[in-house]
Parts: sequence; C-alpha cells; structure tokens
Amino acid sequence: MPDTASRPFTAAAFNQYLAEHQLMAARCETCGALHLPPRAICPRCHGDQLTWQATSGRGRLAAFTAVSIVPTALAAEGHGRDNPYLCGIVELDEGPKISARLLGLDPRHAAAIQIGTPVQAEYLTRGEGDRQTTLLAFRA
Amino acid sequence: MPPRATPLPRGVAVVGAGMSQFGAFPDKSGRDLFVEAFLEMRRALDKGFDPASVDAVYVGNFSSDLFEGQAHTAPLVTDAVGLLPRPATRVEDACASGGVALRQGVMAIASGLADVVLVGGFERMTKLPTAEVTDTLAAAGDTLFETPAGFTFPGFYAAIATAYMHRYGMTPEHLMHVALKNHANGALNPKAQFNVTLADWMRGRVEAARKKGKPLPAWQSEMDFLHDDGANPQIAWPLRLFDCSPITDGAACLLLAAADRAGEFTDRPIHIIGSGQASDAALHDRDDLTSLGAARLAAGQAYAMAGVTARDIRIAEVHDCFTIAEVIATEDLGFFEPGHGYGMAEDGVTARAGAKPINTSGGLKSKGHPVGASGVAQAVEVWKQMRGEAGPRQVPGDVPLALTHNVGGTGNTAVVHIFERRN
Repeated sequence: MPDTASRPFTAAAFNQYLAEHQLMAARCETCGALHLPPRAICPRCHGDQLTWQATSGRGRLAAFTAVSIVPTALAAEGHGRDNPYLCGIVELDEGPKISARLLGLDPRHAAAIQIGTPVQAEYLTRGEGDRQTTLLAFRA
Repeated sequence: MPPRATPLPRGVAVVGAGMSQFGAFPDKSGRDLFVEAFLEMRRALDKGFDPASVDAVYVGNFSSDLFEGQAHTAPLVTDAVGLLPRPATRVEDACASGGVALRQGVMAIASGLADVVLVGGFERMTKLPTAEVTDTLAAAGDTLFETPAGFTFPGFYAAIATAYMHRYGMTPEHLMHVALKNHANGALNPKAQFNVTLADWMRGRVEAARKKGKPLPAWQSEMDFLHDDGANPQIAWPLRLFDCSPITDGAACLLLAAADRAGEFTDRPIHIIGSGQASDAALHDRDDLTSLGAARLAAGQAYAMAGVTARDIRIAEVHDCFTIAEVIATEDLGFFEPGHGYGMAEDGVTARAGAKPINTSGGLKSKGHPVGASGVAQAVEVWKQMRGEAGPRQVPGDVPLALTHNVGGTGNTAVVHIFERRN
C-alpha cells in the first residue's frame, strides 16, 4: 500500500486504514466537505481533488438496533435469536455519519440504550491470513 | 431540481390489472407466478386481449438470480405469456423494481415509442432458507459500507425507528397498531398471504395449543399477543415479527395503453397523471434519518405533474415493508406533518373507513412482499378500488384519485404514481 497521500479513494484503501486502526475520511480540497466513507468525487461541489484526513474516532449514537434474526456472516460469529448483536449509525464529532458495530452496550436491553450516547471507534479483526478483515466498531 | 410541473407529453392509462395469489408456493417458479398474474389481468380486460397490440414488456424483479438461480428473466416470462418477440426489459431497483418498471412503461408510451405496454413484476423468494433470504435482501444495502456493520433489512428500518422514536416520542405500541390495521385489511383480501386478522391468528394459536394439550396462552387482546416475546419475537429491536413484511412468492401485471387507445380495451380506464422517482445515498449518509428524502422528491414530482395535492388523494398504497416505513411514508407523502404520522393507525385515520385509507390491500405487511412484484401489485389494488371492484374491502365512497408509493432499499430508490378515474 502506497503512503497516505497517494492512496486511492476506494473501499479497499479505507479498509486498509481500518486494519491500521485509523478511521480516515476524504476532505474535498475545493469546498472543504468531509466525506465518510471516502469518495473520489465530491457530491457537494463535484470536485475531484480530495485528500485523506484522520478523524478523532469520537462520535455519538444517531440510530441503532439489536439484531436477533441474523445474516450468515454474523451467525458464523455465534449470533442468533438467543445472542443478538448491536449495530447502528454514529455521527462523528467532525460531522459525517457511518454505519458500524456497537460495543459496550447490552443488546438484550436495547430499550435502555440512548440516542446521543458518546462512543469511540474500535477495530475488530475477523478471519486469518489472507482472509483477515478489519471491521469498524464503536464502543460506548 | 424543481419538480416537473408539466403533464405527461402523452396520456397513459391502466386498462387491465391482475395479480397471482401471494404466499409460499414450493411448486411454482417465478415464471409460473407471472403467468398466473398475466392470466388474471387478461381475463379482467373489459374488451378482451389482442396479443398483437402489445409493443413492449417491462418486468420488475429484484433478484431471481440469487432467489432462483435464474438471470435474464424478462425474455423468459415474455415467452411464457406468448408475447415474443416484443422487446422485454428487466428493471431492478431492489424493492422498488415493480414501481420503476411501471414508470418505464409510462415513459415508453409517453415518449411515443410504444402504444401498449405490459408491465409486470415477480419474485419467488421462499425457495431459500431464511438466513439466505436475509443475506439476499441485505445485498440491496451498501455491501461495502453498510452490511459489514451487521445491518440487515429489518435492522436498517429498526435503526430508522429508533431515530424517529427519539425525535418524536413514538413507542413500539404505535407501530403495533399499523400491523393490526393492515392485517384487518388483508383479512378481506383473498389474494393476501395472511388473509386473517390478528384476532383470528391468536384464536388459531390458542386452538393449536389446546389440540396439543399445551398450556393455553393468556392473551386478553391483540396487544397482549403482540407484546408476547414468544408469539411475536424480536427481529431487530424495536421491530418484532409482526412489524415486518413476510417472505413471499408472487407476481402482478398491468396493461398500459396510450390514453387515445385505451378505449380499445376498456370504457373504464384509470389514467396515470403523475409519476416521480428519485434516488438517495446510503442511510448513514443522510442528514435526516426520520424521513426518506427520495420519497419526498418523488412525491413532489408526481403531485406537480398531476396538478394535485396530498389532500386530494383519496387512498394510497404505501411501501410498508416494516410498520415504521408506513408511518414515515404517510409523512413523506404530505398526508401528515413530520412527527404526526405515528398515531394515525391507532386513531383510525388510516383505516379503511378512515379519512385517509392507507394500504387497503393489507399492504406489504399482510398481503405479502414479493419484492419485485410489490410496486405493480400496489397499482392493482388502486385499480380495483377506483373501479369499485375491491369486494368486501372496498372503501366507502368514490375514489377519483389514488396514489402508490414504492421504495427500494432504505429509500435509495423511491417512485410515486398518481392515478385518476375520469368517469
């Protein structure tokens, strides 16, 4: 992977940053908009001059759910009707929102979870060797 | 982009409509269901069907590839109904595939390239186990940035519900009333997958427990039943089983004709006077999580084209893939102010005999949601209601104007049509 300045604005590059435990956004050089996930073209001004910018990884919970009927990938992690997991949308202090797993909250007592709860980015490693991936999570 | 205020350059009318039975049919392919819908449409044509009159075919289908292992389905279903060699085009916009196929048919006629168009939609979903259906539907989200977070489709709408509850004070009980209302309507629709009220459903469960000698459930009311974690389990908090539309096999068909040729098929056409469609980003990339911006834009376009307002619409079929989706739809369409839609089912406003009947067919919730067919089946319902042919679920009074609202994904696609009866 090339150095930070020249990485392309792709999902692969974003995921590589996650593997390096960095939550990176794309800043539009033309209008200043900050995009997360990254984009190669700014939808606000249509400029294509963007740069990677590190985020604080700090944010607040904007929406969430505790999933009991799970997709196969989460079933493989042991989740299911008796072991729900939490995911949601986090609004970063810098403004953009992103979808992520949620940690440090009880999925069996979802009704007690508050919108606006402060959260901090964490990085979950799944799989091994060439198949290893890093997933974005936020911990309350 | 301001809404286009001019009418269609050429009038378009629905001249025939039909749908298959909705449900789970192990012995029927998607193609079989399409034929079933087509035959009902053909039989319903007041002046008979001339195959030679059809110029083109548009078919809404989300994922026969993953559901049935069959891609390139439009020519196959066109062959099955004997309409080769007409140009046949599959339209895919997730759960809005059917509504967008309808819009393609409208545009084909309005452009002058076609006079008569068959619009259909189908989905054969129940062949896959539930986990794989969940995966397939989740593929309508952003598989790079949303599904890795663990979002399923119920999960997306559940997250929308938490944002809405936080902002406006809605409770899960308000959503239960949406399910109750739509099952009450579906109980009157013989084509519905769940052709029973929730009270009947409860009685069935009690009877089954009695026959097996098991302890009898202590439900005193439908709300007791809906609060029972065993009978109505959590799917994605705060959405339970009865907040979710089912997994369904089904198909629907419409015959569209240029307004100046509609008289060849029927003396009672239903005119399409408004059409709008818009697109939106992944859910996390939107400013407002309590409204679908694409639906607001599509509705604005359709109202402007039709020259009518939300107040003028007598009934609407809206995309209630989840109970929360109906609440938000009725606000996005301008029927109710933002934050005011959630009590309308409980208050009876959206009931069949209410001021603004919503989902008289039973909606996706009770009628069933074969995703590629749903947008077309919505038009089948308004066709029946506007012609006074909806049987026991016919709304009281006249239905001169009706609306359909069909959503793909979490509102990444939205398409709205407005229908008018002139005689």
